Amino acid sequence: MKRIALLGMPNTGKSTLFNRLTGSSARVANWAGVTVDLASAKILLGGHMAEVVDLPGIYDLHGFSDDEKVVRHFLEAHPIDLVAIVVNATQIERQLPLVLQARSLGLSAVLLLNMADEAKRQGMQIDTARLAARLGFPAVLISAKYGLGQAEALCTLAQTVDTFVESVPVRYGILKSVLSDDARIERETAEMMTEAVSIPVQLSERISDRIDRLALHPWFGLPLFFIAMMLMFQAVYWLGVPLQTGLAQIFDELRQVVLEPLAAMLPDFLHSLLLDGVFAGFVTVAAFVPLIVLFFLFMALIEDSGYLARAAFLTDALMARLGLDGRSFVMVLMGFGCNVPALMGTRVMRERPLRLLSMLVIPLSLCSARLQVFMFIISAIFTPVQAPWVLFGMYLMSFVAMILTALLFRKRFRSNEPFVVELPPWRLPMLRQVWMRGWLEVHHFLMRATRFIVFGVIAVWLLTHLPLGVAPGSPETLAGHLGRLFAPVLAPIGIDEKLTVALLFGFVAKEVMIGAFAVIYGLSGDALVHEFAHSMNWLHAISFMLFTLIYTPCISAIATIKVESRSMRFAALSVVWPLILAWSTSFVFYQGVRWMTSATG
Amino acid sequence: MKFAKYLLSDLHPGQEAVIDAVHADEALHHRLAALGFRIGRSVLLLRRGIWAGPLHVRLGATDVMLRRAEAGLISVRSK
Repeated sequence: MKRIALLGMPNTGKSTLFNRLTGSSARVANWAGVTVDLASAKILLGGHMAEVVDLPGIYDLHGFSDDEKVVRHFLEAHPIDLVAIVVNATQIERQLPLVLQARSLGLSAVLLLNMADEAKRQGMQIDTARLAARLGFPAVLISAKYGLGQAEALCTLAQTVDTFVESVPVRYGILKSVLSDDARIERETAEMMTEAVSIPVQLSERISDRIDRLALHPWFGLPLFFIAMMLMFQAVYWLGVPLQTGLAQIFDELRQVVLEPLAAMLPDFLHSLLLDGVFAGFVTVAAFVPLIVLFFLFMALIEDSGYLARAAFLTDALMARLGLDGRSFVMVLMGFGCNVPALMGTRVMRERPLRLLSMLVIPLSLCSARLQVFMFIISAIFTPVQAPWVLFGMYLMSFVAMILTALLFRKRFRSNEPFVVELPPWRLPMLRQVWMRGWLEVHHFLMRATRFIVFGVIAVWLLTHLPLGVAPGSPETLAGHLGRLFAPVLAPIGIDEKLTVALLFGFVAKEVMIGAFAVIYGLSGDALVHEFAHSMNWLHAISFMLFTLIYTPCISAIATIKVESRSMRFAALSVVWPLILAWSTSFVFYQGVRWMTSATG
Repeated sequence: MKFAKYLLSDLHPGQEAVIDAVHADEALHHRLAALGFRIGRSVLLLRRGIWAGPLHVRLGATDVMLRRAEAGLISVRSK
């Protein structure tokens, strides 16, 4: 099978193109010789199947970032039949050097000039025939966003891949020798620009600039950004909660009407395991899926618009004082969706101390799994008027925990990383694209979650029902013993023995926790909410939520931290430090409030 | 003040200049070059972030933000 690699700089729409070419058939896999996972997919190309690999976006084939090393190692370790070089057509002058570097690898290549629609709007003209003649391989104008030129691009890829007979990995020797030819590359770029590209002398003020004047305003920029984020969270909340309640009711009906009669003939043990264990646990989590989908859709919307890059600009001065930079802030925001991709996003940083410090704070961002737990508890304990404020307070605490962590550790992880980042223009997000991105995120999230949830709820059921013969959920069960074991530590922060078991499973994945609640109390839907409202007051609830917010990254996050940091010690730190911080925070809060209320009343 | 020399970090918002030299280490040099900071190219400073925040500059069709420390490594002359 032919193998095609997509190569290009960041912000060229390479991944958009990849998604468009491959639809949803992409899978993420490990490649020999490369430390990170790359997305690839098989597509039909001119009557043959071909495998398309999406390489990380890089500025330079001889760069020093982890992503640039990944690309070099990949090219050395795997034979490539064709390299499709994706270039942002509006920035062709700056990006041609990478094309020329790639050409000197001696691989068969096609140049895809993306964002042709934007280039045309700006009055740019690109003579692809001349460009192709100079380069020695075809060049095609496309717009991955709108799907323009896709047919021609596919056709060209098919023809070019067919004419090439033999594919071999790039040898390091070649790679090294061709890369020291900067002067020639610069000269050739200049020649090609004069021959094949015409750019209007004076670009009219773009709409993008006008938006920037407001969005990057010295005084209003940052408040505006936070208002925008708050509006987004409000929208997720107001749209998501009715969906979640509705879905929970449907699951309840399903159980009463269909599953109970069906399971009636099963022995008690199995009946309980299936309905009170697997079903109750799973649907309690599943009811929150619409909320998570909404959340990821909104995040994709904000990211695609270009606002996240602005956030990096607006916050860099503050983040610098914490030993981080604007990119760390963007990763933290991504972490509100799921910590795992945010942790992987730190790869763009070159200096290890900065990466490590970012990886230490990211798990403290209130991810969507924790959001589910909080929504559940908040709606059980607080009034609808109080609820959004309590949730807002949790987000605030998430930031406080991060700031505290960064301030404490910035001396240990001191770095001198330069901060030089491209600021892409504002773009109107395409619905289709936001949907694709959102869906991909949700898909990853569900894959991770379901794997653990089913395992988790079964384990919780076993703990709360074994040994056989004791009353389920009673102090005599394994769960009861576990609860007592941790009581000396957790009682001082107001967490009872039943919730202890849920916390233990929250370590696996936070969304297991609400599944665990359902199993531990043997209830689901409204009954579970009522039981919660009876068994804890607001003080217990907030102390429990504070602890849950901070206490430890989930298993997937820890595994990611281990892989990305290549250090067992750092992974251990990323578990131990939040545990200490979580316990101290809850202790100060719980005992503090109790002391104050006993002193005043 | 025809060919007055300054650093990129000295420019005022709205001021345009030509890049004279880049005094960065090899790694940063590559990154800057890839983003368009090449000798002879003209660069426009759009805005400076508050609290000594980053600078927003434009090189041709590319907008870049960079900290003042990095901008201080780039010598420019007036156009």
